[in-house]
Amino acid sequence: MISVPEHITLSQGAGGRDMQRLLDDVIYQYLDPLSLQRDDAATFALNSLAQSGDRLAFTTDTYTVSPLRFRGGDIGALAVNGTVNDLACSGAIPRFLSLSLIIEEGFALEELRFYLQSLQQAAHSAEVTIVTGDTKVMPRGAIDGLVINTSGLGVIPSDRQPGIDRLKTGDTVIVSGFIGDHGTAILGARSDLQLDIDVTSDCKAITPLTELLFAHGGVRFVRDATRGGLAAVLNEIASSSQQGVRVRETAIPVRPAVRSTCELLGFDPLSLANEGTFVAVLAADTAGSALEELRRHPHGLHATAIGEITDRRPGKVELESAFGATRLLDMPRGELLPRIC
Amino acid sequence: MSTISNTEEGLRYLDEFRDPALARQLLETLHDQCDRLSQQRQKPLQIMEVCGGHTHSIFRYGLHDLLPDSIELVHGPGCPVCVLPKGVIDDCLRIATAPDTILASFGDALRVPGAKKSLLQARAEGADVRVVYSPLDALNLARQHPDKTVVFFALGFETTLPATALALQQARASSVDNFLVYSNHITILATIRAILQSPDMRLDGFLGPGHACMIIGTEVFRFVPERFGIPFVVAGFEPLDILQSITMIVNQHLNRAPALENQYTRVVRDHGNAVALQAITEVFEVRESFEWRGLGAIDQSGLRLRAAYRAFDAEHCFDLGQQKIPDPSHCQCGEVLKGVLKPSQCKLYSNQCTPEQPQGALMVSSEGACAAYYNYGVPRDQCA
Repeated sequence: MISVPEHITLSQGAGGRDMQRLLDDVIYQYLDPLSLQRDDAATFALNSLAQSGDRLAFTTDTYTVSPLRFRGGDIGALAVNGTVNDLACSGAIPRFLSLSLIIEEGFALEELRFYLQSLQQAAHSAEVTIVTGDTKVMPRGAIDGLVINTSGLGVIPSDRQPGIDRLKTGDTVIVSGFIGDHGTAILGARSDLQLDIDVTSDCKAITPLTELLFAHGGVRFVRDATRGGLAAVLNEIASSSQQGVRVRETAIPVRPAVRSTCELLGFDPLSLANEGTFVAVLAADTAGSALEELRRHPHGLHATAIGEITDRRPGKVELESAFGATRLLDMPRGELLPRIC
Repeated sequence: MSTISNTEEGLRYLDEFRDPALARQLLETLHDQCDRLSQQRQKPLQIMEVCGGHTHSIFRYGLHDLLPDSIELVHGPGCPVCVLPKGVIDDCLRIATAPDTILASFGDALRVPGAKKSLLQARAEGADVRVVYSPLDALNLARQHPDKTVVFFALGFETTLPATALALQQARASSVDNFLVYSNHITILATIRAILQSPDMRLDGFLGPGHACMIIGTEVFRFVPERFGIPFVVAGFEPLDILQSITMIVNQHLNRAPALENQYTRVVRDHGNAVALQAITEVFEVRESFEWRGLGAIDQSGLRLRAAYRAFDAEHCFDLGQQKIPDPSHCQCGEVLKGVLKPSQCKLYSNQCTPEQPQGALMVSSEGACAAYYNYGVPRDQCA
C-alpha cells in the first residue's frame, strides 16, 4: 500500500489520486462516517430541522492564528468553537459545520492529524456534525501553515428572540467568565516574547451556558467577546442599540496573570481576545437568578454582572473606575503594539 | 524566559498604590489644601505632568475629574514617540527598504506617520520591519541573521538609553558586525530647561519623570526650584503616586517654599543609577541640537553615538538626517506640548486628527496627550 507522504505536497490539493488518498487516509478518518455525504453538497431534511425551531442561523468564519498551538487550544478547536459560538449567540442550537482546510505545501502530516483530532474532539463535545468540506494546498510561503474556514448551520427555537433592538434601560450586562485569557495565552505562546505566562486560553463552546440562559429566560442579547475583546463588544452594543452602557471596572473578572501581562506590555485586558467567553444583556429582574444558574455550571463559575444599559450617553460605553471617576471606554483600534516605556 | 504566575502576590505591590480608600483620603487632603491656598491666590495652579505615563494614568483612573478646580494639569512632552520628527521616520523608511536590511524598533514607533507613510505601512508593502521589546532583542536578530544588516531604531528618554548602550557595548565586545543603531535618543533634562526658558511659560509645578529619574537621579533637577522658583516633585505612575505628588506641590505653594522632592523613593535615588549612567557616558555624547516634533530644535537635547562606536552608527552608513518635514501648518502640537493649549482646544482635535489618522505628534502614541484625551472620550468642545 502506498502511504501518504510525511509532508503535504501541492499535488494533494490538485484534485487527483493523491488528493483522494489524503482525504480517505487522513481527513475522513477524523470525521463522522455516517454524516459524510461525498456528494457536491450536504443535504438536510427540512422537516427534521423544523422540529427544533422555526428559523435557521447560518454563519462563517476563517481562522488564522500564530502560533497554531497555544496553552488551552489550537487552530482546530478554535475553528469549531468559534463558529459554534457565533451560532449560539444568535440563539441557535448549532447542528452542522463545513470544514475548509487551506494547507501550506510542506506542512507536516503529523501536525495536520493533530489539528484534525482536536477539531474532531471539539465538534464532538459541541454536538455538531461536520457534513461538507474542501481541501486546498498552497505553495510554500503563500500562507502561514494552516488556515481553516468553517461555516455553521443551526436551528433557532421559536421562543428565542435575542436582538440588539430588544435592549431596555436598566437591563443587566453580564460576562460569562474571566476576560483576556485567550489573548494572553497567545502572547505566552509567542516565542519572541520569552514569557512563560500561567494562563490557559478560554477556547471552548459557549453552548452549555447559553442554553442555560435561554432556558432560564430574560435574554435580550448575547455576543461572544472575540477579537477586540470586551471593549469591542460593549461598544458594538452601545452603538448598534444607540443606548448607553455603563460598566464597573472593579466588577470585571480578570485573572492576576492577565493583569500582570498587560501591566508589563502596556495592553488593556478589556481589549484582549476571548474565544469562549461572552457578554449577555439580561432583563434586570431575571439577571440574579440567571447568574446563579450559570455559576452552578463548571464553565460559569465566574459569571458576573458588570454593569447596565443606561439612557445617559446613547452610543457610548462608560467605565466607572475604582475611585468613582467615570471615563469613556472606546473601541480598540489598530494592531496591538506594546508601548515603549 | 520570564514567568508570569497567576497569583495576586505579584500584583499586590501595584494594587497598594491603587487603593481607592487611600485615594479618597489624599483627595480630601488636596481639597483642604486648595481651600487654604485659595486665600493666597486666585489663579488655578498649573502643574505639568512631564511623562506620557503620567498622562495615561491620570486618564485611565479618571483623576482629572476628581481634582479640585484649582488644579489644572498640563500634559508635558514626555512621550518619546510623539516628539519624533517626521523626517526621522522617513530616514527609517529608507533604511527599512534598503536591500538585505532589517529595521527593528519598539512597537508604537511603527505607527508614527512619516511624510507619506508609517513603518507599519512599509512593512505591509514588503519592508522587513520587526517589533522588538528591547535593543538586546535587536542585537540577537543580528546574530541570527548574519547575512543581513539589522538596524535598531533607538528612541526614548534617559529611561531607554541604558538598554541601547548595553546592546552597543555587547555588540562591540562580541564583534557583531551587522548591527547598527540609529540613535534618536533624547534627554528630558534639556527639554524641561527649554520649557522653563520659553517666553510663554506659566507653570506652577512639575510632576517629575519617575522613570527617567531612576537613571539620572533627582539632583539634576535642583535648578528648577532654585533658579526658577518652581516646585519639582519626582512622581511615580500609579494613581496614589500622582495624587500624593500633587499634594506635595500644593504644600510647597502653601509654605511658599518651592523645593525638589522625591515622591517615588521606592524606585528613584538622589543620584540615579551609577552603572547605567556609566554605560550611557561610555557610548553616547550630546548633540549640539536636536529637532523635536512640535517644539522645534532644542539645544543639547539629543544624543548620538561616540566616535568609538562609529562602526555601529547607522548615521555613517546611510544617508540620514537630511530632510526636515514640517507638520501641517494648522497643527498646534507645540502649544499643547508647552501647556498653552489643552488637546481638546486644538483646531484639529478629533475631527481632522484622530489616532487612526494622526496629523500631529501627540495623537500618535497611546501616551501622547491628545491620544489620551481622545481615547478616554474627552469631547472637542469641553475646554475650548
